[in-house]
Amino acid sequence: MLDFPRWKVLWIWFVLLVGVALAIPSLMPERVAKQLHVDGLSRINLGLDLAGGSHLLLEADTTDLAKQNLQKMEDTIRTEMRRGDTKIGIGDISTSNGQLSFFVRDVSQLDAAFERARAQTQAAGLSGQRDWNVAVVDSTRIVMTPTQAGLNASVENAMKTAVEVVRRRIDFAGTREPTIVREGATRILVEVPGLQDPAGLKALIGRTAKLEFKMVDMNVDPSTVTAGHAPPGDEAVPNVREPGEAANAPLRYWAVNRRAILSGDDLLDASLGKDENSQPAVVLKFNASGGKKFARATQENAGKRFAMILDGQVLSAPNIEEPILGGTAQIHGSFTTDSATQLAIALRSGKLPVNLKVIEERTVGPQLGAASIHAGVIASIIASVAVIVFMLVTYGRFGFYANLAVVLNIFVILAVMAILNATLTLPGIAGFVLTIGTAVDANVLINERIREERRRGRGVIQSVELGYKEASRTIFEANTVHAISGLIMLVLGSGPVKGFAVVLLIGICTSVFTAVTFTRMLTAGWIKRHRPTEIHI
Amino acid sequence: MRLLKLIPDNTNIGFVRLRAWAFGLTALLTLAAAVLVGVRGLNFGVDFKGGVMIEAHFQTPPSENALRSDVDGLHVGEASLSTFGNANTYSIRLPLPKTTDEGATNRLVKNVQGALSAKYPGVVFNRAETVSSKVSDELIRNGLLAVFLAVFMIAIFSWIRYEWQFGVSTFVAIFHDVLVTLGFFALFRLEFDLNIVAAVLTIIGYSINDKIVIDDRIRENMRKYRQMDMRALIDLSVNETLPRTVMTSLTILLALSAMLIFGGPVLRGFTAAMVLGVIVGTYSSIYVSSSLLISLGLKPQLEAPKKKSGPPDNAERVG
Repeated sequence: MLDFPRWKVLWIWFVLLVGVALAIPSLMPERVAKQLHVDGLSRINLGLDLAGGSHLLLEADTTDLAKQNLQKMEDTIRTEMRRGDTKIGIGDISTSNGQLSFFVRDVSQLDAAFERARAQTQAAGLSGQRDWNVAVVDSTRIVMTPTQAGLNASVENAMKTAVEVVRRRIDFAGTREPTIVREGATRILVEVPGLQDPAGLKALIGRTAKLEFKMVDMNVDPSTVTAGHAPPGDEAVPNVREPGEAANAPLRYWAVNRRAILSGDDLLDASLGKDENSQPAVVLKFNASGGKKFARATQENAGKRFAMILDGQVLSAPNIEEPILGGTAQIHGSFTTDSATQLAIALRSGKLPVNLKVIEERTVGPQLGAASIHAGVIASIIASVAVIVFMLVTYGRFGFYANLAVVLNIFVILAVMAILNATLTLPGIAGFVLTIGTAVDANVLINERIREERRRGRGVIQSVELGYKEASRTIFEANTVHAISGLIMLVLGSGPVKGFAVVLLIGICTSVFTAVTFTRMLTAGWIKRHRPTEIHI
Repeated sequence: MRLLKLIPDNTNIGFVRLRAWAFGLTALLTLAAAVLVGVRGLNFGVDFKGGVMIEAHFQTPPSENALRSDVDGLHVGEASLSTFGNANTYSIRLPLPKTTDEGATNRLVKNVQGALSAKYPGVVFNRAETVSSKVSDELIRNGLLAVFLAVFMIAIFSWIRYEWQFGVSTFVAIFHDVLVTLGFFALFRLEFDLNIVAAVLTIIGYSINDKIVIDDRIRENMRKYRQMDMRALIDLSVNETLPRTVMTSLTILLALSAMLIFGGPVLRGFTAAMVLGVIVGTYSSIYVSSSLLISLGLKPQLEAPKKKSGPPDNAERVG
């Protein structure tokens, strides 16, 4: 029990030193960290209650989604049946009862119509189900019914797009470090530190982005186009920054016709696809009128480029290789799967696919946050000092070891939080104070046990050994129950409760190391060096 | 150097003898707390009730009545006012606007803030929170679920780890701790919000911690002194662990008091709940949960440990 090989001792000190080193960046003010060029290291984030800012919980209304899907499918079927060399005449399209059904005029084309309808369905989810069931009824009608898997997939899809749309709109306003995450199936959590005007934020989220397709003026040398300088009838539009491009690099501009050939409303869908060489591509689907406009534009402008412009930024400007008549276009080129997905999402993000409603909203002023940090830090210091003095007068040398362990434990917790990029909230600070208390409890258990064993007349070494051994079992059990309640808080809690649970759980794990292993090492080292025959405890 | 000893060595206090009184007091406290919570009700914050909360910090302490009539004059529903930390800071809670359109709550908040800014120059709005009834229902559900789950899981843990009596006695004691804490919140009409749920869960964890230490010692002594009378054994265990129980509770109370006094108004409810929980939890560990083991019929393990090998003692032997 008291035997510590040298490598173990070195290893324990090494872990603790690394902990302290990793905790330091989080303790520096941001300004200082920047000056020392350590601002790239992981730091602890401050929660909104400490940093001040706005918190919005949005919920998507997905009931409209089924209706929208039907509408989209109807548009797709209308264009698909008219495509290619053999047009299939259909009529009497209805979307009642949540089904899409239509009549095929020529019975001999029924199989072909069935195949074309089926080709529009996709695999949904992992079960291998399609998103629509296609069936022939009365040998003349085709009925398409959305499956549950398909509906789920479309909710999933819509939510992904919605998160992206919200992120784009908030990023567009240049607010710093917003957190935008999906919560549960149909919710989006938006947290913007420092923002005091939630009404403005909501307006920003509700704003609709504008997607336009415009022809690029090929007569203009691209290098001569700068902001505001374009030939008459044209306008200069900047290219969107590529990921990885420096934020201060000069923008590239395109000269495009002022008149748009298509608007975002004409685009039904943009998705990831594959070209004939199995390379990633982006597939665009237009509605009936959009398909017609796009066909005319591509017929007239083959060999030229068109620009897809979202909110005044060119996302992509592909070359028109051939007239596109079918209402479905494929953009291919040097895409990776990632970049193609990104472009597809950006194109879809013109409008929110679902209605978002604010169901929770919290704003904390910066003064309150600063005052809370101040109070929290002062309280933590006073609590620590009080506990340290108390331990020292009660257990002497052993109390000193425990105190050293507690202080190191605070650093190690901060380090783990920084590595995990965890968020420190006000209840988190309370969690710290409580962790100090429970970590000390481990040492109280050990030291009281040593006292007890001494009283029973055992020798110094045996008492210390027994003290650690017997108390370790109790500490393990006590920590287990603490961890149970911590885990429950983490899973079921929201906001402040979670912030508290994170600190508590990390503290439970690290305190076993500092309060038990580390103090045992110190005690063992002291006993080995001095071979005391009597201890003050 | 003489070290501090809070509890003298080898105490021998007859805790078990007092158990009739302790049970009576505990039952009384629990009942009183339940009645308080039932009759007076908890003062739910917007987290659990839904609604709008605006925290305003005034330059000079306003009169509560004047402030109330100012807010009532806006016809925004029944306002509930309370000071927050000091007389200069008020939290104003309002019901959600009846209309469901998006901007209604925004207008309500702007309306109140505008009116107060005009009447009280220099007022600063520290916080504004809006929680829809849907979210508040969920928060209540999750909060209750968390508390119940925690109590049950931990009771099951002690049951598996020791005997069933330990599970039941722990459950009873924790139930008492939680109810008394809630009763305290009902009595003083302190605002009950999400932070308090975290505090209650922590009290559960802490209080169990206390009981586990004593239970663990009882188990140890049951193995050590197989012939000892259960009452004496439990008294011995509680007395042996008494220095630790008092020492730890005092340390944590010390840390919490620092938080309570210097930690700022936002955490005050949380720490108040914790302080109370630690006191109540320590009481129930010493006086209730261990003595309850006797009433539940925990018996000493009289049978000797089974022999690992060899023929049983009464086996016939052939010489």
